[in-house]
Amino acid sequence: MKQEYNFSRRFFLKTSSALGALAFIPKGVKAFYEEVKNFIVPKKEQLPLTVSINKKSYAIKADTRTTLLDLLREDLNLTGAKKGCDHGQCGACTVHIDGERALSCLTLAAMVPGKEVTTIEGLANGDKLHPMQEAFIECDGFQCGYCTPGQIMSAVACVKEGHTKSVAEIKEFMSGNLCRCGAYNGIVESIQKVAAK
Amino acid sequence: MRPFLFSKSSAINQALAKKNGTTQYIAGGTNLVDLMKKHIAEPESLVDITSALPAKIEVTAKGIQIGAMVRNTPLANDAIILAKYPLIAKAVLAGASPQIRNMASTGGNLLQRTRCPYFYDVTTPCNKRKAGSGCSAIPGENRMSAIVGYSDQCIAVHPSDLCVALAALDASVKVQDKSGKTQSIAFTDFHRLPGTTPERDNNLPANALIHSIEINENAFAKNCAYVKVRDRDSYAFALVSVAAALNLKDNQIVEARLASGGVAHKPWRWLEAEQYLKGKTANAATFEAAADIAIKDLRAQSHNGFKIPMLKGAIETALQQCLNR
Repeated sequence: MKQEYNFSRRFFLKTSSALGALAFIPKGVKAFYEEVKNFIVPKKEQLPLTVSINKKSYAIKADTRTTLLDLLREDLNLTGAKKGCDHGQCGACTVHIDGERALSCLTLAAMVPGKEVTTIEGLANGDKLHPMQEAFIECDGFQCGYCTPGQIMSAVACVKEGHTKSVAEIKEFMSGNLCRCGAYNGIVESIQKVAAK
Repeated sequence: MRPFLFSKSSAINQALAKKNGTTQYIAGGTNLVDLMKKHIAEPESLVDITSALPAKIEVTAKGIQIGAMVRNTPLANDAIILAKYPLIAKAVLAGASPQIRNMASTGGNLLQRTRCPYFYDVTTPCNKRKAGSGCSAIPGENRMSAIVGYSDQCIAVHPSDLCVALAALDASVKVQDKSGKTQSIAFTDFHRLPGTTPERDNNLPANALIHSIEINENAFAKNCAYVKVRDRDSYAFALVSVAAALNLKDNQIVEARLASGGVAHKPWRWLEAEQYLKGKTANAATFEAAADIAIKDLRAQSHNGFKIPMLKGAIETALQQCLNR
């Protein structure tokens, strides 16, 4: 069966002459157009990065603007670290960089090569949960669970730093992690439990 | 974020060679990355200087030198700081959260931008963000704003706690320029008042980077305190804060230092109150009189009149805490 084309003769003539005209535009004009484009639309740079996450090395290309949080969640499918505020105010994205707790939403991925990153996914030993993860389950350290990966990463660091001498000290050194459900008492209990071990 | 080119420098002169109007430097990133996300900072190229700047705390002939790349947590935990300059540690620990203190650098702390809500809201006029566009805080929500040293163009406050302690201790900022030359800027001259140029926060020369902070030895280690009043107990910017330090001899004040955050465009020294305290007996009546001198000429905004009595209380509390009783 013969196929019906909806292109009119007028459309064909218009587009083909426009394309033909484009081919005859002098190189200088095209270069000028490129320059204007480059001026208005800034160049994007893709960086080849080799990052070490949970003792596993990943070679990846990422836009310079990528934060460590986006690299983890979007490129490496490690969605444990959460995007709460994305502005360093809530602590949901807390990970460990070279063993110290840090905010992955305010860390550029480009600054991570050469450092060791640990996320909540790297805490358990196979099927055996980290003592802090177990304590959070036992002490009801969460309700909805969204802030929990950040809370646990921060809690592990809090114990390691030795800031567990009193409830007041634990609260002060956990103040960078907000919990909208208000599971704070359970979180403090979990930390006391692990610190006492 | 606006796209940018990224590079890393491993030496300060190498980093300085890249300096031009469209380059910015990143260390801790705790303020800059946020500003870039909000399109307030839009560098065309970004230079990572975490391995270019000194990251050590060193004892010098006159006192101590804190490298610009020393991060907040090691600064607050440093044995020499705790023994000889504990006011620094107290102020650092009053600021931010443990995560942010692990990341933030000393140099970056000096260069952080104001937290005025209108500076962050790019849909509103702000003379600091866009010169000449107007100030939204003066007729607007200004309970966090300045009560001294402001102008009719800007009433923003400087957000740092560390800087308040550094101002109190008469620190100096060592900067290095493109030619390799270094110069020292007195801490109280480093940050600016808004005047008619609120877009400029400080006097760091255009072709220079902060190399380190220097503090001379002093007699304030035994009697110093940092009091910070804020909307919640921890992890919030100051409504008002006070760094107080006394050099005491048999309960007589030989020398006093008083500085505040949350009150002005720069860390504010209460020089007249300091002068008053000199030679007086350290007691509640003296402290109250000094606090009265500090607050006597303050002029609040439409929504922050509470800051003046709050500051008076904070000054008295800080001076009282200096006595360690």
